[in-house]
Amino acid sequence: MTILVFTGILLIGAFAAGLLGSLTGLGGGVVIIPLLTLGFGVDIRYAIGSSLVAVIATSSGSAVAYVKEGYSNIRLGMFLEVATTTGAILGAFLAIYAPTHLIAIIFGTILILSTASSYVKKQGAPDTAGSALAAKLTLNGQYPDGQGGWQAYGVHRVYGGFGMMTLAGMLSGLLGVGSGALKVIAIDNIMRVPFKVSTTTSNFMIGVTAAASAGIYLYRGYIDPGIAMPVVLGVLGGAFLGSRILAGARPAWLRVIFTVVVVFLAVEMIYNGATHRI
Amino acid sequence: MRNWGDKDMQVIIGNLLRWGVLLATVVVAIGGAIYLYRHGSELPDYGTFHGQPRTFRTISGITGGVLEGRGRAIIQLGILILIATPVVRVAFSIIGYLVEKDYLYTAITALVLGIILFSMFGGLGG
Repeated sequence: MTILVFTGILLIGAFAAGLLGSLTGLGGGVVIIPLLTLGFGVDIRYAIGSSLVAVIATSSGSAVAYVKEGYSNIRLGMFLEVATTTGAILGAFLAIYAPTHLIAIIFGTILILSTASSYVKKQGAPDTAGSALAAKLTLNGQYPDGQGGWQAYGVHRVYGGFGMMTLAGMLSGLLGVGSGALKVIAIDNIMRVPFKVSTTTSNFMIGVTAAASAGIYLYRGYIDPGIAMPVVLGVLGGAFLGSRILAGARPAWLRVIFTVVVVFLAVEMIYNGATHRI
Repeated sequence: MRNWGDKDMQVIIGNLLRWGVLLATVVVAIGGAIYLYRHGSELPDYGTFHGQPRTFRTISGITGGVLEGRGRAIIQLGILILIATPVVRVAFSIIGYLVEKDYLYTAITALVLGIILFSMFGGLGG
């Protein structure tokens, strides 16, 4: 297989990953790493580097849409970015010293947990009074209720959310993924922010978190131009097409297929890690 | 409604970022075309990790490579632009909060920028 063929196949694979990730809302990064390591036998460190760049590209390209609708809580996002960027630096460091088979096992486990969490029932009606610390930090906000008005909500358990965010940032830095699912758990389940606000705020934060570890990865030589080029172009193209197709609800059957694929890939990653093949 | 100023500012920044992503994509595609034209028929070797030569992993190395018209250096330049987009957003947000006289968030955002810049230029990669 020549570089030209390799690039072409990778471009198609990355395009499919970006398209599926955007249609299902699970993100493209999660399938890129197994595609590269299991499908192409690429070293996991190169896979992490290029996936991280793709994550930044999709996040920066789509952030404005979330902000425009008025759902993102920008202050909350900015405040929690203190936690995620610190975590991302720690994660990038861990990635340098952790053995690759261990990274593969952690990756598989996180993949299963994030997929499972996307099925967990989300918060019901918001509660308008936040905690005292949230009020001090002006984190409480409001979002469009769909009938032309605004629904206020309070933010709770600031310390717990901040801690969970540090962990999410660390995993993002260690595994080269957006850690969107963990971010949603932190904002939604711990801080008790309405679902629509927590998903959009988490998406808003992904690029900034990834940028904190991308610099370290670039300097360590994890970002290979020959791999990053088709991955970035493919994922961006797929995500763009996905956002055009998607005009409302996400089809349920597509989500089921994607879940099956992701779980299969996760098990495969864990198996290859455990048998030291990665 | 305090969120309004916040939102307007972020929409302007967000649109700028989209242009940044577009620019980065074009640069990566140009570099990719040159790289494939020159090396397309060679065999890929990604099964073992070698890291990258300095030309592809430091800002001075990448600029040097771009000036020589090297495809892979141009791809890395596009990737540098991509990595810079979220950083630029944080930097612009600091100005936005300063204009709004929200000093608490000016400080929080400056802290985030400080952490990112420290990760990039603090010698952590060495």
